[in-house]
Amino acid sequence: MEEFLQQLINGLSLGAIYALIALGYTMIYGVLRFINFAHGDVFMIGTYIGFFILTSSFGQALGPGFGTAVIVFLAAMLGCGLLGVTIEFLAYRPLRTRPKLTVLITAIGVSFFLEYTGQLSFVFGADPRTFPTVVEKTMVVQSGSLVIDSYQIIIFVVAIVLMLGLRMLIMKTRIGTALRASSMNLNAASLMGINTNAVISFTFFVGSALAGAGAILYAMSYPKINPLMGILPGLKAFIAAVLGGIGNISGAAVGGFIIGSAETMTAGYISPTLRDAIVFAILIFILIVKPSGLFGQGGTEKV
Amino acid sequence: MLTVKNLKVNYGAIAALKGISFHVPKGSIVTLIGANGAGKTTTLQTISGLNKVVEGNIHFGEKDISNMSPHKIVALGISQSPEGRLIFPGLSVRENLMMGAYLRREKKEILEDLDYCFSIFPRLKERLKQAGGTLSGGEQQMLAISRALMARPHLLLLDEPSLGIAPLLLQLIFEKITEINRDIGVTMLLVEQNAHMALKVASYCYVLETGAITLEGPASELASNEDVQKAYLGM
Ligand SMILES: Nc1ncnc2c1ncn2[C@@H]1O[C@H](COP(=O)(O)OP(=O)(O)O)[C@@H](O)[C@H]1O
Ligand SMILES: [Mg+2]
Repeated sequence: MEEFLQQLINGLSLGAIYALIALGYTMIYGVLRFINFAHGDVFMIGTYIGFFILTSSFGQALGPGFGTAVIVFLAAMLGCGLLGVTIEFLAYRPLRTRPKLTVLITAIGVSFFLEYTGQLSFVFGADPRTFPTVVEKTMVVQSGSLVIDSYQIIIFVVAIVLMLGLRMLIMKTRIGTALRASSMNLNAASLMGINTNAVISFTFFVGSALAGAGAILYAMSYPKINPLMGILPGLKAFIAAVLGGIGNISGAAVGGFIIGSAETMTAGYISPTLRDAIVFAILIFILIVKPSGLFGQGGTEKV
Repeated sequence: MLTVKNLKVNYGAIAALKGISFHVPKGSIVTLIGANGAGKTTTLQTISGLNKVVEGNIHFGEKDISNMSPHKIVALGISQSPEGRLIFPGLSVRENLMMGAYLRREKKEILEDLDYCFSIFPRLKERLKQAGGTLSGGEQQMLAISRALMARPHLLLLDEPSLGIAPLLLQLIFEKITEINRDIGVTMLLVEQNAHMALKVASYCYVLETGAITLEGPASELASNEDVQKAYLGM
């Protein structure tokens, strides 16, 4: 029982990160009906933004602490948000009226561009770097074999707060309403007087900023960062979004938690070597049994 | 109010509009009739800024609105009830109506207009909390027209309000179109395959055939024109 609880806690905290990344995939899909394959690499850039701040003389002077954490989070969110907006503007917007496949291939191109530019020695370099400590890790619960540390709590709380914030933004604000309308029908939205280009930029900003927050949370727990590190978490978060029903925001959050838990449970009970395989098994299973995902309406074309 | 001159629009290599010209005077209902694929929807979408103008121009009042962004065209006072209605399925009837007023800020006037829509289509008031996607075709059409009215437009574009409507409601919807025009004096450009209904409510009519205007005249004259009767009125 303790073992199960431990794995569940580990899973929920990993899943919270997947959920944050998955939200970006699903929001962008919701509005533009395409998978932004560069999203995992935007996440990777987020970890480097944190890395460069923390290793700069400014970050060194600050040292680990709450204030440092806030600065690093905001910087990664802002940086990733702006990167997402820029990618959409330069790479996807000119292809808006082209077939979806063209945009999809472009997204894969952008992904390679970020990964391979990142590996250049004068950019990030191909060698892994160690992400410095943002805040000191402390033990919060330690009873028998059950261990909960402060990072797990931070990850969970930050993710939940961001998700609730996103929900408020989407349900209660004017731009949120515009976003919902745009993801139901982009042309109809523009006939209402909604500036759909602005809504699309906003979607990329918010989705990418959430990946930026996820990046810092991830790098705190797994401090070895490298330019290819976005691939696997990106793919898993994408699977989480598909599992929840791509285009469905609550679905992405739930999907993230399920994928994270499935991964740690498999690692704990079966074998750590199967932790990636189980996620892909879930993908195959969901594509066969319910391709529209847990909360998807189905019927629309999937990419 | 709206003047279209020598308008040409293409879809890739296909010429959908081959240089059409027409005029919609202030306060009137003008109709553009034509068979499926004639280019009616293309015309309205181009006025709304959703298609690119290749040649020619569209003047709204004194202003050339060709190739303006759709949201700026709405801001100038042109709204549309589009083909297929395009109701936001996941939003409630009320939210759908409020989307129509997206660019407006005056709370009180918005609520007045909401009441006006309910007076025209009481059915919408009964369905206020229901999701737009659960309405019948006829109710969705009422919603689409009302949603477009919520922009308080100077010019209302109506794309085939008869499409997929039960015959009983058809009569009602066209009566309401006349009523709205009379009540608030909004200018209307009505696009229809159902020439019978369109000629009843409009004062002037243009006939569109494969991207070109082949005939025009006062609605009453065209209704008694032999060619029109044969081709569009099934006589
Ligand atoms: N998105 C599109 N891509 C390519 N061709 C189109 C598109 N929309 C319409 N067409 C073509 O343009 C012509 C006019 O279509 P449309 O304006 O929808 O006609 P109508 O509304 O009168 O039925 C038709 O031949 C149609 O096949
Ligand atoms: Mg049409």
